[in-house]
Amino acid sequence: MHSDTLLQVDLAPVATTIVQPRKAFWDLELGSLWEYRELLYFLVWRDIKVKYKQTALGVAWAVLQPLMATLIFSIFFGRLARIPSDGVPYPVFVYAALVPWQFFTNALTESSNSLVASQNLIKKVYFPRLVIPLGSVLAGLVDFCFAFLVLIGMLFYYGITPTASILLFPVFLLLAVCTALAGGLWLSALNVQFRDVRYIIPFLTQFWLFATPVVYPSSLVPARWRVWFGLNPMAGVVDGFRYALLGRAAKPGPMIWVSAGAVAVLLLGGLLYFRKMESTFADVV
Amino acid sequence: MSKRYRLGTSSSYKTLRESLPGLLSGAVRRVRSSGTKPGSFWALRNVSFDVQHGDVIGVIGRNGAGKSTLLKILSRITWPTEGRASIHGRVGSLLEVGTGFHPELTGRENIYLNGAIMGMRKVEIAAKFDEIVAFSEVEKFIDTPVKHYSSGMHVRLAFAIAAHLEPEILIVDEVLAVGDLAFQQKCLGKMSEVSRGGRTILFVSHNMAVVEKLCERAIVLDQGSIEYSGETSEAIHHYLNSMLAASNPDGHVFDLSGATNRQSNVGKLLKRIELYTDDDLPILEGIRIGTGLKVKIFFDLPKPTRSFDMGLGFDSMFGQRIFTAHSLFEPARPNGELVGAQVFVCDIPSFTLTPGTYNMRVWLDINHAEADLINQAARVTVLESDYYGTGKAPWNGALVLKHNWYVEQPAKVER
Repeated sequence: MHSDTLLQVDLAPVATTIVQPRKAFWDLELGSLWEYRELLYFLVWRDIKVKYKQTALGVAWAVLQPLMATLIFSIFFGRLARIPSDGVPYPVFVYAALVPWQFFTNALTESSNSLVASQNLIKKVYFPRLVIPLGSVLAGLVDFCFAFLVLIGMLFYYGITPTASILLFPVFLLLAVCTALAGGLWLSALNVQFRDVRYIIPFLTQFWLFATPVVYPSSLVPARWRVWFGLNPMAGVVDGFRYALLGRAAKPGPMIWVSAGAVAVLLLGGLLYFRKMESTFADVV
Repeated sequence: MSKRYRLGTSSSYKTLRESLPGLLSGAVRRVRSSGTKPGSFWALRNVSFDVQHGDVIGVIGRNGAGKSTLLKILSRITWPTEGRASIHGRVGSLLEVGTGFHPELTGRENIYLNGAIMGMRKVEIAAKFDEIVAFSEVEKFIDTPVKHYSSGMHVRLAFAIAAHLEPEILIVDEVLAVGDLAFQQKCLGKMSEVSRGGRTILFVSHNMAVVEKLCERAIVLDQGSIEYSGETSEAIHHYLNSMLAASNPDGHVFDLSGATNRQSNVGKLLKRIELYTDDDLPILEGIRIGTGLKVKIFFDLPKPTRSFDMGLGFDSMFGQRIFTAHSLFEPARPNGELVGAQVFVCDIPSFTLTPGTYNMRVWLDINHAEADLINQAARVTVLESDYYGTGKAPWNGALVLKHNWYVEQPAKVER
């Protein structure tokens, strides 16, 4: 063997990282998110695994919460106040809205607190901080699935057969996830600096509930305002869910486009804001 | 073909208000004036250095000197305000073991979670799983939630995961100070194994014996700047001296004019004692085992004399005499008549007492009669060092003597 070959070293390509102050503000570094997909997976897995530990009812909570709300709303708003429900039995009308709504509020609350809750990680290890709120939102989908199974049971019970519009269901689910993520990005980053956020969230979700057509149909809103009503993305999500699953419910119309636009703006803004604040998380949290 | 790191012109925190809790509150005291906005400080200022591929670099300095900030920037936890670091290769940091452990999850689940947090791939963790468990010595409890673990088990599992990371660059911050003595030795062994494997390591520790053992080079940080960068033992010396230099610049001088433990027959002849290393550097904090010690004794000879002698006794803190140096043992004794102010130097080429503080008794005989004597005239502290070259500092007994151990060949043993 020639002596030169002894000196040959297998040089695997090595990534070079530059650590420096300010990156371009439009660079969202979503590529690093892909690189850390396994961490995202494990964080989601951890949240799911831990969520119902040491609870007596366990995952039944995922179903009980929207069911109890449905019961109460059906009695007060359906029976006593006689709020119209677009020709669908009131309980299934409100439950179909509560499933995405509960997902949204849980995901929003969890993701808003996620950065603060993971502060020991943030101060010790590097990874794209985005995986933390994103993981909290995705973990909420498991509860959503259980609640959704009950919804399917209710559809059978009330003899509602979905139409072809059910094909649009994934789109509306995506819209719900994006809305929760957008809110979560803004609030989690703000929460790092201002712990007030934690106290604002309960009020926020309460008011938001009534600004969203959960207990009432959006047809109650005067037609000329209905398009602007869509600026609340959850209005679009709820109407979309009813349209996709209940078949007989009214078609959402241009309102859904307004909601989609609002989510896009909110989400992009959230990503930019989150990215801008990211560099201070470890110092401030 | 080398991997190169460069920390550019300067890196530091931006306006960090004192009201902000946590991260660097300990260092807030050390506010630097240059280019500082009110209420902010530079945790690091104009720090710049290169590390070659395969180097093992120690980072030492007092609390708040900026060590952790430096490591945090290099491990991308925080951003520099100015300048840049360019890092070639994957960085793994052991800033604090057990980060991200979830108490409700089992040991097995936490290995996967923690590994992922540290940047390991799932397949990588699965491949090393058995090794990690064996190293941690918690096999029996691997399916028990870690909230039921003892703190020792917790730490062992955490370190085991961290130790099996295989990044090109490993950043280690004081993690060896965990577990019992046996486990610490195991960790130390793992660290030197890793460093021999051609990995680049940045190592922060207050344990000088370990730094000396593991690192070829070291960087001394002081108030956010590099005070010294170079060979490890030299760096350690700088560090130890800087420890006391700020608060006690004359720590090596013992003025004897007001000494209370004096038994004098002739007068206050002994004036002052100064302590230096064999390189003539003042001993402020102490000297490391095996370093040369020079004791300079300043005294007066009232009348011209040809015959005087001096003794120097080293006593332990319990009053036990450990060693006596006497000018009678010096073959080339001073010759000729002397009078007035004199300096007598006792030069001990290798001072090998066990780490600890020793009191010095000094006495002067003139014409074979005791003229002046002071008990506890000065103090010297011996600090741990890697005297044996094994990274293990002696801790017991009074003396540190070079010695060897070997197994005698069985053939030679008489039956």
